[in-house]
Amino acid sequence: MPPGEPLFRPDWVVDNLDVIGQRLGEHVGMTATAVIVGFLISFALALLIRRRRTLTTAVIGTAGILYAIPSLALFAFLIPFTGISFVTAEIALVSYTLLILVRNILLGLDSVPAEVLEAADGMGYTARQRLWRVELPIALPIVVAGLRIATVTTVGLVSVTALIGQGGLGYLIVVVGINGFFPTATYVGALLSVALAVAADALLLGAQSRLTPWSRARSATT
Amino acid sequence: MTLIDEVAAWLSDPAHWTGPDGMLPRLFEHLELSGFCMALAIVIALPIGLWIGHTGRGAALAIRAANIGQALPTLGVIGIVWPLTANIEPYGFDLIPSVVALTALAIPPIVTNTFAGLRQVDPEAIEAGRGMGMRELQLLRLVEVPLALPSILAGLRISAVQVVATATLAAVLGAGGLGRLIIDGIAQQDDAQLFVGALLVAVLAIATELGFAALQRVAASPGLRARPARESAADA
Repeated sequence: MPPGEPLFRPDWVVDNLDVIGQRLGEHVGMTATAVIVGFLISFALALLIRRRRTLTTAVIGTAGILYAIPSLALFAFLIPFTGISFVTAEIALVSYTLLILVRNILLGLDSVPAEVLEAADGMGYTARQRLWRVELPIALPIVVAGLRIATVTTVGLVSVTALIGQGGLGYLIVVVGINGFFPTATYVGALLSVALAVAADALLLGAQSRLTPWSRARSATT
Repeated sequence: MTLIDEVAAWLSDPAHWTGPDGMLPRLFEHLELSGFCMALAIVIALPIGLWIGHTGRGAALAIRAANIGQALPTLGVIGIVWPLTANIEPYGFDLIPSVVALTALAIPPIVTNTFAGLRQVDPEAIEAGRGMGMRELQLLRLVEVPLALPSILAGLRISAVQVVATATLAAVLGAGGLGRLIIDGIAQQDDAQLFVGALLVAVLAIATELGFAALQRVAASPGLRARPARESAADA
């Protein structure tokens, strides 16, 4: 580090609010893309597994292997095929959400009591109506728990994509901060990414409590 | 030239194996860094987990701290520590931030699994130990730890796999390890080096997982092994 360089320069932050905001927006965008695409794929996989239980081991096993590959290694595996690009970053980020999301969607759907399903069938619900109006609302807390873990993990992993030319706030940490010997940028990136993880977690928890008013009422009375 | 040819050509150069930037020194650096951080984490986390599990005090606080610790992104921790230690010779710039981040990553699973393992021990077994006149430390050593061992080892396994995987990031600050092959591969647009580095890290992470799983089976107390259902419950 250059001698005399302070740990934090507030004036740099003030002068570069637009750059910081742009990187923060990029970070949010990359996280949201990965979690939404990951959720859609996981939801489809979970429904498929419920039709054919024999697929459970294959799907969960594959997702588990993907999850076990270190992030930088997974990016590296993809570079020869998809280059140093947004697509490479997103394929890896989506892969990491699958294990948590498929497992929690299945756990959530399986947690619906058999009597409830029977009651819904007795009321003449079709399979699709039963899924959307009965099973998913009851499964929601467990599904959201999975989404929270997936989101917080993804916020952390997006920073690593700075090493392959993407990165959102990771760009501030690695490229501007560490490579440029400029601690201010490192602090801004690191603190904002932690704040983003906490905020996203709180947002999802809030959404869950809004979507399941009955669970709020129950916890208030007990 | 396909990727396979490139990798084969890269591997056929002996300098890429044992040269100063070759795979074997990098693998050794990777294991050295991971092992050091694991040892440090065990020295810090195991006594904390044992104390909380044995006394039942401070559990809520420890679990909350562990949850926060697990949410901290490693690159963020490296970024926060690096400016503070960068001017400390000789390791402040490249090694200390990685050691802090990796040790912080390894501590929470060891604490929570050790604590959970001890809590699961049948109170009657502890009662029996007390009745035999065991002191607190004897109770811990002869009754609680052997019965909690599968869970304690599960914690070590989770930590070790995460540390081995994440030690790749140490290369960001110029420290060694297998991450070097990946980061240099990206910088030099050398797909073969990149691919070999990624493969080695992935294999090492999976080998660590399997190695600790085997250790868990071997180290389980014979009394527990006779009841596999118990063992798998502690495993979760």
